[in-house]
Amino acid sequence: MTDHSYVRTEMLPEKAPPASEVGVIGWIRENLFSGWFNSILTILSLAFIYYILSALIPWTFQSVWNAGSLDECREIMRETWGETHGHACWAVINDRWLQLLYGFYPPYPAYPDATVADAPAEAWLPAYFRPNLTLILLFVALAPVLFGHLPRHLLIVSAIYPFLMPWLLWGGSVWVPVTIAFGFVILFGVIKYGQAVMGTLAAIIAAVGAALVWWLVLSGPVADGLYAVMPVGLPTVESREFGGFMLAVLLGVVAIGLSLPIGIVLALGRQSDLFIIKSLCVGFIETIRGVPLITLLFVASVLLNYFLPPGTDFDIIVRVMIMVTIFASAYNAEVIRGGLAALPKGQYEGADSLGLNYWQAQRLIIMPQALKISIPGIVSTFIGVFKDTTLVSIIGLLDPIGLSQGIRANQEWNGIYWELFAFIALLFFIFCFGMSRYSMWLERKLQTGHR
Amino acid sequence: MKKSVILGALTVAGLSAGAAAAATLDDIKARGKLNCGVTTGLVGFAAPDANGEWQGFDVGVCRAVAAAVLGDPSAVEFVPTTGKTRFTALASGEIDMLARNTTWTLSRDVDLKNEFVGVNYYDGQGFMVPKGLGVSSAKELNGATVCIQTGTTTELNLADYFRANDMEYEPVPIETNAEAQQQYLAGACDVYTTDASGLAATRATFESPGDHVILPEIISKEPLGPLVRHGDQEWGDIVRWTLNALIAAEEFGLTSANVEELASNGTDKPEVNRILGVEGTLGEMLGLESDWAVNAIAAGGNYGELFEKHIGENTPVGLARGLNAQWQDGGLMYAPPFR
Amino acid sequence: MTTYTDPPKESFRLSMLLYDTRYRSLTIQVVALMGFMLLAAWLINNTIQNLAALGKPIEFGFFTEPASYDINQHLLEYDSRDTHLRASLIGLINTLIIAVMGCATATIVGVLVGILRLSKNWLVAKIMAVYVEMFRNVPVLLWIVLAMAILIESLPRPAAFRGDTPDATMKVFDSVAFTNRGFYIPEPLFSRSLGDIHLFGQSSLRMDVSLDFVAFLVVLIGSIYAARRVTARADKIQNATGLRPTTWHINTAIIILPTLALLVGLGFHLGYPELRGFNFQGGIHMRNSLIALWLSLSLYTAAFVAEIVRAGILAISHGQTEAAAALGLRPGRIMRLVVLPQALRVIVPPLISQYLNLTKNSSLAIAVGYMDITGTLGGITMNQTGRELECVLLLMLVYLSISLIISAIMNWYNNRVKLVER
Repeated sequence: MTDHSYVRTEMLPEKAPPASEVGVIGWIRENLFSGWFNSILTILSLAFIYYILSALIPWTFQSVWNAGSLDECREIMRETWGETHGHACWAVINDRWLQLLYGFYPPYPAYPDATVADAPAEAWLPAYFRPNLTLILLFVALAPVLFGHLPRHLLIVSAIYPFLMPWLLWGGSVWVPVTIAFGFVILFGVIKYGQAVMGTLAAIIAAVGAALVWWLVLSGPVADGLYAVMPVGLPTVESREFGGFMLAVLLGVVAIGLSLPIGIVLALGRQSDLFIIKSLCVGFIETIRGVPLITLLFVASVLLNYFLPPGTDFDIIVRVMIMVTIFASAYNAEVIRGGLAALPKGQYEGADSLGLNYWQAQRLIIMPQALKISIPGIVSTFIGVFKDTTLVSIIGLLDPIGLSQGIRANQEWNGIYWELFAFIALLFFIFCFGMSRYSMWLERKLQTGHR
Repeated sequence: MKKSVILGALTVAGLSAGAAAAATLDDIKARGKLNCGVTTGLVGFAAPDANGEWQGFDVGVCRAVAAAVLGDPSAVEFVPTTGKTRFTALASGEIDMLARNTTWTLSRDVDLKNEFVGVNYYDGQGFMVPKGLGVSSAKELNGATVCIQTGTTTELNLADYFRANDMEYEPVPIETNAEAQQQYLAGACDVYTTDASGLAATRATFESPGDHVILPEIISKEPLGPLVRHGDQEWGDIVRWTLNALIAAEEFGLTSANVEELASNGTDKPEVNRILGVEGTLGEMLGLESDWAVNAIAAGGNYGELFEKHIGENTPVGLARGLNAQWQDGGLMYAPPFR
Repeated sequence: MTTYTDPPKESFRLSMLLYDTRYRSLTIQVVALMGFMLLAAWLINNTIQNLAALGKPIEFGFFTEPASYDINQHLLEYDSRDTHLRASLIGLINTLIIAVMGCATATIVGVLVGILRLSKNWLVAKIMAVYVEMFRNVPVLLWIVLAMAILIESLPRPAAFRGDTPDATMKVFDSVAFTNRGFYIPEPLFSRSLGDIHLFGQSSLRMDVSLDFVAFLVVLIGSIYAARRVTARADKIQNATGLRPTTWHINTAIIILPTLALLVGLGFHLGYPELRGFNFQGGIHMRNSLIALWLSLSLYTAAFVAEIVRAGILAISHGQTEAAAALGLRPGRIMRLVVLPQALRVIVPPLISQYLNLTKNSSLAIAVGYMDITGTLGGITMNQTGRELECVLLLMLVYLSISLIISAIMNWYNNRVKLVER
């Protein structure tokens, strides 16, 4: 034996990969410069980013935050940078941001003339408490609907919310929403206890009749009477004072909230075998989807009063809510129809084989699944409707864009442009982007097998 | 029945619905507020300030009417209207009166069933051009690009004017004054045309107003005034005579400062006393309190005071009285006798 | 032993309308129909009452009155003495122009962005993602207004082109002027023109059709048809013999030569814009409002199209590509024959609704003063005549018709590419 050995007995230690293949450089090589075409793309992209940022960053950050008017802004710019171009005047946002968010909604409804700057000493609630609370409660009310693991009794908030929201925003006697809610109690009470006595169908008819009588005849006097006995209420706020971003959110939420049940009915109608019902639903959905929202808003602003009995007149915000709800219903109906169509036929047949009737099958088997599939679509309809609420500025409502025109019509801010639109765009972006991310997350979470 | 179904549904939304009956005055009193239609924003005439308070010349008229009817100049609900929605808002009863620099024309008065109650500003359509363009007359504008606000009478006047003078032009229709101003300043149009008051107001807010000239030609008559809907003469009378009271007050030297005092002490001029409600029953004839005119004048001052405060020469808008001076001073402001 | 007997014949009872499933559906439908008719009657009755109270009966006579306003962009001849009907027609054409231009651009940009979002280049993919999110999450109205503002503020005014040392110059061999009043591009002119034919006499629908254009179209369509015949023949030969004759040079010649001959025959040349007086004269003037609307609508819609395209491409399983490669197809043909036809099936239905959305969003033209049908019929005409009911209902009808036509065409296409399921 020699001590020469031609076969390596021990392995060389692993060498680190070349610096150009791993780490930052490796990543850059692989993702940015893998081939001449990619390199050109990368360089072009970098140039593009530089071009955009070099204009945007100085404008955004070399800016004026404190000034009373555009002239003052220009004065400060001239003193600081020697020229007025290429610098933002954020002072307008500083001055008007509350208006852009809440419109003319009084910060302290009990003291209509008070402003945030000089808050009345007696006011113990923070400014804009009511709209803020309404928004927070909205999330509380939505939570148990969307997350199954939350305690079930939170659902009470969800049930109360539709009655609470208008009361919080518009104010007035607490008994109005209470009596209206009581109508629903009557409705369900009669159905539940009447069923045994007179059969399902008769119970439903009786319940609807009783509830209608309550709402149309009794609820008004009862609410007035109760208010006379126990005057509990909030200071009233006129809907004309609603505006800004709050109006956009309100229109969006009301439209989606009300359009969901209508959309479900329309979707079922469209899927139905009954020819006349189906035709009516198809006609409605396709007509609404076939015309632009702006024409529906024209209807709200100039025509709706023609269609209602002479002398009926309610304010423009309600008219717009009606039309936007109709608009959203048609879109939601299509989304839900998609959900219904996506269910395998076996689900329907399974429900039939269990001996469930149409409504039982819908309630217990079909709808829970179809709605779950439809949630992302509903959220994107919501985002769409929410973005489209900017159109109300064209018919003279003071949403953020409408307000921006009003602000520019002031002597102080006449001539300002980019800052307002940048701020509004940012608000919408944050809201819509957040919503779309949330819906994607929800979509993943709700995917329970089946694939 | 059906109506109440809709109404019932609406109360679910927590809202009440009012009816627009013929007796506008009773409605306003019951409501405690005057619903007044204004523009969505025009410098000097109507715009909301940082606190959401509406300010301006047209707003002043609304406040005077509210003061005359309800005794409170702040009892006004301002409803922003666009050129498109203004007449329907009035016709549907959504607003009680419209004070939105609206030109009095025959078709608007007769065909659209409105009632113009008077004129609070005599205007006319003019042209503004940059000085650098070297144009001194509207007759030299052949081939120019002209910015106009749509939804107004200005685009009709413009078409007629250029047609009558056999000139070509390129119209650039624009929704709001603010946009028009931006386009004009950027040179996207050579000429900006709108009411002369609007031109002056717009020019006043430029960085260098001296670089722009308003051409001498006034191509149309634009009597702007408040209006109400057809069918309620009594209400029309109230608005008409409130406006007249403001104009007469300037003629007789009644101002927001001295009107209360003169009303309590009386004067030696019978007509002034009648306006002040010291003599006669003019207020009663209108269905108002006897001190209706005092309240209207105290609200924001007489016509001249309103003018000076919002659009006069000491404001950024800087309009001269011109045609809008009192008749003794060579203007057209002429209130019929209070008798 | 059992015998089957017919169940006792029931006589019809009223309660069967509710409880017997044979009749219940009928009952429900009749009730629904009656409810619907009642509602419609109620609405119509209200409208008639309201209109009577206002003294404004429904009538369309105003359509024959002179419109009295000018429209800057009119493809057909128009001046302020023309009728409201003609003004509406001009508006309708403008709506269609923006819809067609927007849909085409949105598709091209959308497909490009959709593919680039899947790019291996990290930076490019991210930029595209930012673009898509930015446009999808900000209202289109804001984009339209911003696009207009950017055009107005960043481009030179026509006056800047004047003088010996102008601040701005025309681009592309002095043929195109980008100004803040719009783009001026060369226009096609024919020195030996065939002239126009006048249709519909002096009515509101009158139009001049350029015979040069018609001739061009006829020749082009004829050549394309001929080229397709050549391709079909080549396919036939390939199927029979397995060898494909080279056809591209024949096809190119068939398409180009006759068109070229026609253009030379008609004396085709370009008319260049030049600065005269206040503005550029000659050439085609693409106005700011058109460009702003076109850019913003197509970029906004392209963001949605990009997502659709991305989803469509991701939906095709990798196995399809590999199987195609295993069959010996080259990459170009894999894309054309295997991937694209399948991806299109996923892409087309949502794409249709994006086209519809774009068409409907074009009604926001009003924000930048582009005179589409909403600006004419639903804008100035409605304002000047005060006929809200007639104008708005007609406006809705027009949009509804456009939407239904687009849906019909696209559904027809969709049915053609649909998988035949058994």
